[in-house]
Formats: sequence, C-alpha cells, structure tokens
Amino acid sequence: MSDLTDPNDLELSHDPWLSMKQFTPARIALGKAGMSLPTQACLDFQLAHALARDAVKSPLDFSALTRHLNQQGMAAITLQTQVEHHRAYLQRPDLGRLLSESALQTLTQLESRPFDAVVVVADGLSSKAIERHAILFLTLLLPELSHRGYAVPPMCLVRHGRVAIGDALAEHFSARLCMVLIGERPGLSSPDSMGIYFTYQARSGKTTDADRNCISNIHQHGLSYAQALKKLLYLIDEAERLQFSGVNLKDETSDAHPASQLERANFLLD
Amino acid sequence: MYKTRVAHLSYDFRNLRNLMAKATPARSGDYLAGVAAVNNLERVAAQFVLADMPLKQFLNEAVVPYERDEVTRLIIDEHDQVAFAPISHLTVGDFRNWLLSEQATPETLSAVSQGLTPEMVAAVSKIMRIQDLILVAKKCRVITRFRNTIGLEKRFSTRLQPNHPTDDPAGVAASLLDGLLYGCGDAVIGINPATDNLEATLRLLHMLNDVIERYQIPTQACVLAHVTTTLKAIEQGAPVDLVFQSIAGTQKANDSFGISLSLLKEAHLAALDLNRGPLGNNCMYFETGQGSALSANAHEGLDQQTCEARAYAVARKFSPLLVNTVVGFIGPEYLYDGKQIIRAGLEDHFCGKLLSLPMGCDVCYTNHAEADQDDMDMLLTQFAIAGGTFVMGVPGADDVMLNYQSTSFHDALYVRQLMGLRPAPEFEQWLQQHEIFNAVNQLQQRSDVPELFKSSLQKLPILRLCSR
Repeated sequence: MSDLTDPNDLELSHDPWLSMKQFTPARIALGKAGMSLPTQACLDFQLAHALARDAVKSPLDFSALTRHLNQQGMAAITLQTQVEHHRAYLQRPDLGRLLSESALQTLTQLESRPFDAVVVVADGLSSKAIERHAILFLTLLLPELSHRGYAVPPMCLVRHGRVAIGDALAEHFSARLCMVLIGERPGLSSPDSMGIYFTYQARSGKTTDADRNCISNIHQHGLSYAQALKKLLYLIDEAERLQFSGVNLKDETSDAHPASQLERANFLLD
Repeated sequence: MYKTRVAHLSYDFRNLRNLMAKATPARSGDYLAGVAAVNNLERVAAQFVLADMPLKQFLNEAVVPYERDEVTRLIIDEHDQVAFAPISHLTVGDFRNWLLSEQATPETLSAVSQGLTPEMVAAVSKIMRIQDLILVAKKCRVITRFRNTIGLEKRFSTRLQPNHPTDDPAGVAASLLDGLLYGCGDAVIGINPATDNLEATLRLLHMLNDVIERYQIPTQACVLAHVTTTLKAIEQGAPVDLVFQSIAGTQKANDSFGISLSLLKEAHLAALDLNRGPLGNNCMYFETGQGSALSANAHEGLDQQTCEARAYAVARKFSPLLVNTVVGFIGPEYLYDGKQIIRAGLEDHFCGKLLSLPMGCDVCYTNHAEADQDDMDMLLTQFAIAGGTFVMGVPGADDVMLNYQSTSFHDALYVRQLMGLRPAPEFEQWLQQHEIFNAVNQLQQRSDVPELFKSSLQKLPILRLCSR
C-alpha cells in the first residue's frame, strides 16, 4: 500500500513542454500542484522578489563610493536632495528633483566657471545597480571625456536623487552636457539595472523628459559597459553637432536588426 | 462654497472638484498633486458634505470647464435625462443607499446607467466601503461579443499576455502556448510590443492572426501599439481584431497620449469596417489607471480616482469589448502600497461596471511599491467575488518585458477552482474539445501535450529536466 503523503506520489505535475524554455526568459512550464504553483516555482519567485525589494530598500554607501572613486583618481562630492527618507523618496518625486539647502551651500564653495560636462551619480531605485556598475563604467567614460578636452567638475553623487536633479547641477556648473547615472526600477530578473540619462543644455524647470536620451538596462544580462559607452559617446557627439538632445536625436547605433527577426522561426506556425 | 461643521470645526470646500478631492480615500498621488485632505477629519467632513450633495448638482457644476475639455463636453452632451429620471431626486448619500437596496436590480442598474455621469459614480464610491463596492458591482451585468462572449454570469475571462523583451516570434509563441495549455486567453491574446513601430506591429498582428486561424481558437487578438500605429496597420491591410489605446479622463491628458475623441472615432470606424467579429462588433480595447493624468501633469486639480472615472466616459462612447484598469503599474508615488492598490482596483471596477463597461483588472505591482503576492491574492480574490470580467495571464506572474508583476495562469486557475467560474463558453468548448480542460473545467492531467499542438512541439530539441 502506498503512503498517501509520499512526496514521490505527489510529484506528477511537470509540464511536458519544457523544451519551449529555450525561446524565452519568461517563467513558462512551471508545472502544477493541484492547479496551483508548485513549491519550487513559488519559492523561486519569492527569491527574485526579495532581491528586487532589497535592491530598492538598501541605502547606497556613499562614503565607500567616494573612497573607491578617489582611489581611481576621480574627485567627487556628495549632495542631498530635499528628500529626507526613503518613504518620501518613493512618494515625492518632485522633492527628489530639488537640491537641499546644505547641497546648495556645498556647491557655492566650489568653482563654478563654465564647464563642458557634468557627471551625476544618483542612487535612484537600485543601490545595487550603482554599487556594481557605476565605478566600472566611469573608469571607461572619464578618459573619453578628457580625450575630447572637456572640463569636468567633481563628480556629483546624489542621495535620493531623481533624473532631473542633473538639470540643477548642469545649470550650476554652466555645463552643456549632462549625464546622470541612476539605479533603475528593479525587475524580478534584473535587480541591479543602471540607466544613463543624457541631456544637452539641461536647465532646471525648463528641461522636460522629451529633451533627454535614455540608455537603459545596463547590467550583467543586459547592455554591456562597452555598448552603453558607445551609445553615450554617439549621443554626446551628435548633440554637440546638432545642439540638441531628446526625442529628435535618434540613437542610430542600435545593434538590433528588425529584418533579421522576420526570418526567425516560429514553431507554432512552421 | 460647501460648508459643514464636524467635531466642533467648520469646513468650507471651494467647489465640487475640491470637495471630491478632499473626500477621496487617502492616496499618495493625491498628496503629490496637493489636492488631498490635510487630515482624517477634513476627509470625513468632505464625505459628509458630499453625501448631502444632490446628484443633479453634477450636471450643473463641471469639474473641468466645459469650454476647454472635450471629455466634459462628452459627459454633459451625451447625458441621458430619461435614464436619469428615476434617481434624479437623490443625493449622493441616498444614491449609495439605493444602490445597496433590493430596488437596484441588474435590470434597473442597467436602465439608469446612461443617466449616470462618471463624477456621480466616483462621488458615491468615495463614501462606500470595499464590501459596498463589491456588492453593488456584482449586481451589474455587462456582456460584450467579438469572436466569443465575455461577461456572462459565472464566467471569468483572462487576457493572455505573452510579452517578450525583443518581440522574438518564437519567444512570444512559447509564452502564448504555455498560456493556452493552462486554459488562458479567452478575453484576448494581447501583446505589448517592445517597440511601438509599424513593422513590429504588423509582424505580431499577422502572427496572432495565423495562430488563431491555424488552431481555430475562439478568441481575439490585439497588439497594444498606439492607435495611430494600428490605424496605419489597418490601412496596410493587416488583420486587426481589436484596436487598443490607453485613455485618460481629461482632454489635456489625452493630448499627452497623442489622442483625441475624433482620432478614437476614426479608429473605431476603421475597425468596425473590417467586420471581423462573427458574434459581435465590440472591437475596442482600452486601458486606464489612476494617476495617469497626474503623471502627464494634466489632472486639472482633480483627484486621481475622479479622473479615472472620467476616462470611462471616453471608453463607453466606443462600446469596447474590454476595459482594463492597470491598477498597480504606475508606482508608489500614485498608489503607495497594497492597501491603496486593492481599494483602487475595486473602485475602478465598481465605477466601470456602473457605467456599463466590461471591466477587467490588471492586478499588479512594481518592485518599488509596498506590495507583494499576498496583496495581489487579496485583490484578485475580491475582484473575482465582485464579478470582475477578466484579469491578465502572464507566465509565472512575471512580465519579462514590462518588468512588473501581474497575475499568472495559475492565479486564474485558482480563482476558477475556488469559485466555480468558467471561461467564455466558446473558448470553454475549445479547451474541452482539445482536452486541455476536462468536463468540469479542471486542467486535464496529462503526461503528453494535447494532440493539437503535438506536431509543433515534437520538432523542438528536447531540454533535460533539471530539478532546480
């Protein structure tokens, strides 16, 4: 007689179409317990969600970031927005676009001669993204900026910053080019994705999202540093030539080729 | 000016718009907009005043000026006085009592629907608890048809959402077939394209059409591109079942989406002209969501829930097959946590149903919201109990293109099992015919794939099953 609670008897619910998994990162062919999610798939999801949540919630260690930057020979200052805590950051995007009093004072003590480019690093929605990718990317970017002869002020590290905080900083330093590295909203499969927002002639209150170009999805399984850098340098050079950025400045470095996909097989229709 | 005294304090509310915003349940987007009540007492004071407001006042005082907002003009110009007559003497508070009473039957609710404005419906929702929202919505019947019948009693439909990060055809096909094999997809098979351009849209439209034809699936397809892209696709002879568009409750917000009522009308006529629905001509699919107007800086001083209800006036003009409130997608600056998301989803369903719309809900959240799977289970269960029309079906609840969490194929099966809810009848028959569901609508236990898809899957290289 078989034991009704024998785990081996319960394990009859694998989906006989696992072979489709080769085509998509989606969570397909998960199997079933009764008609519900089996334990393994249920816990896999919880694990991914925990990683994403922790990436949003854990604060970025700004002093460690500054130390590492200094070790690489890069000067940096840390600034705070008008957001005082994480909960407010999530609920008040408007305050994350404004510098605090103390940040403004810090800035007045710095040289504000016209610069060419300002580089901003903001924690955004994923401290993990900045911890993992910002320094490695900056060590590639800064030589390119100096190669172009650009004057660049100390890097601005912003706590509780939104993308538009770059506008105020570009304005302060009278910089033509503004690039903001920021932790992106984490997906279940990419808790550490970094984005770069590039704006030409950013000015606070005047610049809108339509004036920006975004390079998104920089992480281990997404865009590589080299690909991201190539796109950013293309945008910089084109913006210098055209004297604008944003929706009308098209990124034509794209490696995706739609025509090649037309030829791709679809097993449901072949 | 609308005045009251509660707990020894006097309150003055400037106008109806202000009163509605102050009366609305706490929501982060309304704080962000600066329109919310400053404290609990002010909120309740506003609710008292709102409860005494005659429904007729909503026809006299526009919350966004008639002269500069075509959504207001639509609401006022198309208001049906005859349908309104039986309830025209009521206040908002009386209206709540009436909705809960035995007098409000499915038939009477349907009869007064064209006499209701979105603002009346939004107002009464603000003084209703969740159980009221559920009980009244459950009484509303809304049935729509295209290639099958959506919204019949004891039925519950799903949109199969087989998105892929690069719109890869085999990748889309894999999620699509996974969903079909879990009994999902009777509301629509609807893909969000990764890039909104004409070529990608055409390619996906043809693919979905070919799959539906080849396997004789009694459902409809949709590619959720911008309406102007879909119009171009129609011009090029593409097989378009449903025209999709995101809509909002103010003209300014719709402007920012690149749409107008006349553009929607043009698209509606073009889709009707294709005449592809054998059972009915409901050929529009709209998506909405609280906060979308504010995110476009176009909320006109309205609270986000009133704005949302006004979007339903736009939807109802075009007799859609489906309307979907994408409730938790927008993020915590509009709906902070599970509590706010759950209530918003049920409010939207209630308001949509009273206005005779086939309301579905994308029960969803993002990773920066204070929400998790337990919150989604609560909304999903309550939505189904309220008679919700459809939910999403995303593999494993994880949308790998849009990066948010929605409901899974398993979630839909949970609700069906729990409440004995069946798919649309035409789709149910197809599922049973191909032995995906058994005669009592449970997944057929099997060690092999159904005959219908066997040859497609046999061609694929076998992957070894690993335990983790």
